[in-house]
Amino acid sequence: MSRDDSADARGLSRRELLARTVRFGAGAIVPVEMLVRRMPDNAAPAAAAANQAAAREPLETLTAAETATLDAIAARLIPTDENGPGATEARATRYIDRALGGALADAREAYRTGLAAVDAWARASKSAPFAQLSAADQDAILTQMESNTAAGFTPDAATFFNLVRMHTIQGTFCDPYYGGNANFVGWDLIGYPGIRLAATPDDQRMDRRPARVRRSAYDHAMFAKKRPARARLGRIDEPWRSS
Amino acid sequence: MAIELKRRNVVIVGLGAAGGVAALPLARAGLDVVGLEAGTWLAPEDFAPDELRNNVRGWPQAVQKANREIPTHRRNASAPSSPRAAIHPMMNAVGGTTLHYWGQSWRLNPWDFKVVSETRRRYGASRIPAGSTAEDWPFGLEELEPYYDIVEYELGVSGKAGNIQGRIDARGNIFEGPRRREYPMSPLRGSGFTEMVADAARKLGWHPFPGPAAITSRAYDGRPACAYHGFCARGGCHIRSKSSTAVTTIPKAQQTKRFEVVTEAVVTTIEVDRNGRVRGVNYLKGGMEYFQPADVVLLASYVYENVRLLLVSKSAAFPNGLSNNHGQIGRHYFSHNQGASVTALFPRDLNTWYGLPAQGVAIDDWADDNFDHGKLDFIGGGNLWVYSDRRPIAAAEMSTFGRAPRWGSAWKAFVRQNADRWNTAYLQKTTLPYEDNYLDLDPVVKDPLGFPVIRITADFKENDRRLAAFIQDRMAVWFMAAGAVAVERTPIGTMGPTTHAYGGTRMGDNPDTNVVNRWGFSHEAPNLGILGASVMGTSGARNPTLTVQALAWRTADYLVRNWKAVTK
Repeated sequence: MSRDDSADARGLSRRELLARTVRFGAGAIVPVEMLVRRMPDNAAPAAAAANQAAAREPLETLTAAETATLDAIAARLIPTDENGPGATEARATRYIDRALGGALADAREAYRTGLAAVDAWARASKSAPFAQLSAADQDAILTQMESNTAAGFTPDAATFFNLVRMHTIQGTFCDPYYGGNANFVGWDLIGYPGIRLAATPDDQRMDRRPARVRRSAYDHAMFAKKRPARARLGRIDEPWRSS
Repeated sequence: MAIELKRRNVVIVGLGAAGGVAALPLARAGLDVVGLEAGTWLAPEDFAPDELRNNVRGWPQAVQKANREIPTHRRNASAPSSPRAAIHPMMNAVGGTTLHYWGQSWRLNPWDFKVVSETRRRYGASRIPAGSTAEDWPFGLEELEPYYDIVEYELGVSGKAGNIQGRIDARGNIFEGPRRREYPMSPLRGSGFTEMVADAARKLGWHPFPGPAAITSRAYDGRPACAYHGFCARGGCHIRSKSSTAVTTIPKAQQTKRFEVVTEAVVTTIEVDRNGRVRGVNYLKGGMEYFQPADVVLLASYVYENVRLLLVSKSAAFPNGLSNNHGQIGRHYFSHNQGASVTALFPRDLNTWYGLPAQGVAIDDWADDNFDHGKLDFIGGGNLWVYSDRRPIAAAEMSTFGRAPRWGSAWKAFVRQNADRWNTAYLQKTTLPYEDNYLDLDPVVKDPLGFPVIRITADFKENDRRLAAFIQDRMAVWFMAAGAVAVERTPIGTMGPTTHAYGGTRMGDNPDTNVVNRWGFSHEAPNLGILGASVMGTSGARNPTLTVQALAWRTADYLVRNWKAVTK
């Protein structure tokens, strides 16, 4: 086996090494304030935020047309039905919209092309945009995407389907700080008793159900000052940054 | 030019599980010690119970130096590169990954030190898998036992002894080697679910016991008892109950006034003089370059970075990388066989929303050589671990066991009923080193400073696959005995970047096949010590951290007692 085919890192002079550090540091550093746009409304206690959830906030990242399509997809992935609220009431797409401007920014382009491809496929196969189709037609298209038989996607339909499914689940079951799981409907759906900072032996018994707690992690005073920034996490904490 | 700093007795590169332990005996002995850590201090307020941030998005790994040097992987020398991991498995901070690890703190069992000789003795030399480069350790468990004892008490480990000086106690692990005394704290409590599965194991005639954890089960050393709140794994501890080196040995070392912690210090290379002795290390901090001279360098980053720093530190004395004149750096690499698990579906709610991965029940009956391999086609075994841990996003992403689609009303109904009715066991299995599993520098991929990242060339072998299938069968039997209605086996995967990496700077008496001697110092550069699982030659069937920490204390203790010989 070849164990010596690597470049010699020592080929760099000290001067070059230092210059690279500074360049890299400078290139990567963006003032935190620029990345953290306004704090989301749920920087206030989540319960208060939940009361406002019915009002429609302006979109932050997605276009109105993209949101209409994404809303319709999420409503079929986790429907509102006899088992109660679903992704719509959880505001899963609000979560996605915000995350695409921050932690999930790498996925923004996939949503741009993917949602356009969903509508294009809907028009080609069902003669209407996805959001205007019947639930049965929407399910048929989602099934084609899941099984990778829908055309026009990059790299393919199943990849985009799995991406949206993953983010819809995140938006339905995450801490409401992030804009989803509004009114804790996701946690109620699966019977999650909620965030406690300490659990008793009784809270872990199989013959009991712990009382439900409905607070965001960031409603607890000790974590309130360390709320995650909206920014992409990797940009604000470079160990070799110039200070 | 680099700024040359004041000379120190010892510079430790990395203040995680290993370096954070070694600092304490050195500082207590009065040596002048500096620790260079790429990360920062993190505080209890940093550890919010936030599943999305911690577990889904991988905070704080996502913001780490390590994340800019994620190793590449290929299954073998002619295979294409595997998709690059998105997040480095380990993190940079004072305390390192001990801040958010599970905290399982096992001693190796006696067999793990003598895999080759014991296999030959009991089954014959033909049972050593072809191509394996495994060797016995240069010593047995009894040599490491005093150091296990010290670190269990200095860190604070909870558990139940199964063998105190030969007296077997079935409340603990009856297969463990002799220990001098009981654990400093009783085990973490069980949950309703773990007690149910422990009862099932007893009915099978197996020997369940609570596993050891570097987590407080009562107030200890000024820290409160664990709160079992459910965000332990990758979340860090909000009340300092996890016995991370950041809240134990590192602050104790600082209290001696002989230990300085330098954070956000990115070590780039180790300097060597013309005689092949190490002079100190170069590091970057705040856009400046520093040279830290020292009598002794203790390299204590993770397996991948230990190997990388040695390979990029080339000199006239070591043209192929520091301490690599025998070509052993990067060899004998293996990663723990942590894949190939079993997930079970139960017909009732388990109420495992709280607890922590270290709150569980272990079975060692099928580990190591604790059972007869005479009619089996593999050597080694696995530790079965069932624990209490669940969070909502992961709960909703559960397998549907072929009983429901992956979305829509039928999925929703399934998840609504079953989100709290499934459990995945953690099955750790013996893994051996092989000739063609190794680490070297990637010829293409570099970090932002221009240094090549590590390239892993490794895959699981036939022994690993047979062993995994056997252990999965044992686990399925156990889950079904506990009342499961269905089980699913997850695939073994491949040997990509992992939290349980071993080898690359193996410890042994023979310098032709090992990098460090039995005390952890380089065979070639005598004032270079290496700490971490990179020195381990076998894995056992359990988490490596406590063994890493016992070895780190032992190397530091040796240095204190042999200072003149090492630094002459």
